Amino acid sequence: MKATGTYQPVFTGARRQRLDETVARYPTRTAALLPALWLVQEANGWISDQAMTEVAEVLGLTPAYVKGVVTFYTMYHQHPVGRHFVQVCTTTPCNLCGAEGVVEAFLKHTGCGELGATSADGRFTVIEVECLGACGFATPVLIDEDFIEGVTADKVRDILAGYP
Amino acid sequence: MGYPHKPHPKETPVLSQYFGDPEARTYAGWVKRGGYEALKKALGMTPAQVVDVVKESGLRGRGGAGFPTGMKWSFMPKEKTKPHYLCCNADESEPGTFKDREIMRWTPHAVLEGCAIAMHAIQAEVGYIYIRGEFTEPLRVMQAALDEAYQEGMLGPNACGTGRRLDMHLHRGAGAYICGEETALMNSIEGKRGNPRIRPPFPAQVGVFGKPTTVNNVETIVAAVQVLNRGAAWYKGLSLGNPKSTGTKLFSVCGHVARPGNYEVTMGFPLKDVIYDMAGLRPGRTLKAVQPGGSSVPIINREEAEAALLDYEGCVAQNTMLGSGGLIVYDDTADMVYQIMRLARFYAHESCAQCTQCREGTGWTVRILERILAGKGEMKDLDLLLDLSEQMTGKTICVLSDSCAAPVVSGIKRFRNEFEAYITGARQPAPTLA
Repeated sequence: MKATGTYQPVFTGARRQRLDETVARYPTRTAALLPALWLVQEANGWISDQAMTEVAEVLGLTPAYVKGVVTFYTMYHQHPVGRHFVQVCTTTPCNLCGAEGVVEAFLKHTGCGELGATSADGRFTVIEVECLGACGFATPVLIDEDFIEGVTADKVRDILAGYP
Repeated sequence: MGYPHKPHPKETPVLSQYFGDPEARTYAGWVKRGGYEALKKALGMTPAQVVDVVKESGLRGRGGAGFPTGMKWSFMPKEKTKPHYLCCNADESEPGTFKDREIMRWTPHAVLEGCAIAMHAIQAEVGYIYIRGEFTEPLRVMQAALDEAYQEGMLGPNACGTGRRLDMHLHRGAGAYICGEETALMNSIEGKRGNPRIRPPFPAQVGVFGKPTTVNNVETIVAAVQVLNRGAAWYKGLSLGNPKSTGTKLFSVCGHVARPGNYEVTMGFPLKDVIYDMAGLRPGRTLKAVQPGGSSVPIINREEAEAALLDYEGCVAQNTMLGSGGLIVYDDTADMVYQIMRLARFYAHESCAQCTQCREGTGWTVRILERILAGKGEMKDLDLLLDLSEQMTGKTICVLSDSCAAPVVSGIKRFRNEFEAYITGARQPAPTLA
């Protein structure tokens, strides 16, 4: 995997220091892989092949190994997503409470049109997720790092206004 | 207090007594409420004495399996020849369950205190709290509490001034239900794909990083704090007639109810009281079905639900399981075929794909159910689903595959008429699948 374009390394300065602190919490360097990938996603918004190569280098792994882990965990983005990433729970308990209507409202008001697609203005990507673990607060929606409880279709437009 | 509702008079708030009380989140607030006294008490005892108290209390694992906690701790090597680890399972992902999230967001210091007690009992110096990646608020609250606990000297190289090293770290998951399975969780901490491991060896012999490890659920951990605080006899006394199930348990009630939320009751409490009196059905609705232990347990009908007692044995007596205590309630408006398909989709999405029966079986289950919902099913599809489910049960490394089969089999058994209605055309195809 040859780095192309102008890839900016993630693990420099303060972020490198955070990685080193994280590595110190575990008896192996490999164990810092999930936290390292979170740092990459925080910096770049997604995890590119070049970023996987960088992570592999700093942790002494192979790029293939890193890719194997990235592809296992659904929260790591393997391609660029909208400025705001919207995850709507539609598993059974939320489904009983009308979660599919909430998804429809998000698709409509973001202009995404379909699940997984990014809106033309690059502002949103909307996906359905399996169980967010807040079934008593149906329907929970995760927008970036904000966990929003009790979302109904009629609240969607106002919620989106908070994410320019 | 209570969150999002005031406690119901029939509740026994022990673990949930500070839900909704922001002051209890802080170190000072926790100490004011008697916090860290249990840890200090435990550190004044030998590990074996702590294990004995928890054994005596009858506390059983609250993550789903119900294994006696004290006994689990006692499986750790007595003679320590290498590092021991504690993993606290905060990867709460079982559909219907949202108790650990509330425990962490309102009483983070209880989680830390309980972990520290468990670490002392199993002679571990390092513990990892594995929190699912989607729990952004609990992650923030827990991190703030962890920083405070270190500053106040409750944790660290000289925990509570006893010279004992107790280090704890948060480990953020990244979206994988299967990482709530204890061996997958350990792999995930090690920086691997979250595939469950074959047992034996069991974690107490070969756990995280190949070292002896105990994995405990968040609710188990905070219950241990109360056991140490108030004694084994008190905890054991919290039981409604069944000595095998003691203490209180948080039940997350969701689905078709008027007041969803966590309700804490003494083990053995009638299921019908939780549904009818506490959470309440929506006006004008009647109860159709319940899954009392999260999405992985068999679906029971109204008669079984009304007869069920909420403890490990009481649920088994009504053909289901207590599981994690996530009560999914279905009223008379629920389309059981559609909702069972949604459950199957969940398992198909979350299968780690290691075992053939699970990787192929969960997806195949979804396709058959979608076909039925689209009005293109045949009667023989029901036998096919039952046969397939049998092949998915008891044949894989972990129980994810079994968990997909349980609602399918129990659902067909109790609501066969709803499946048949889609097949015969008596019911219009589901709009999203037609």
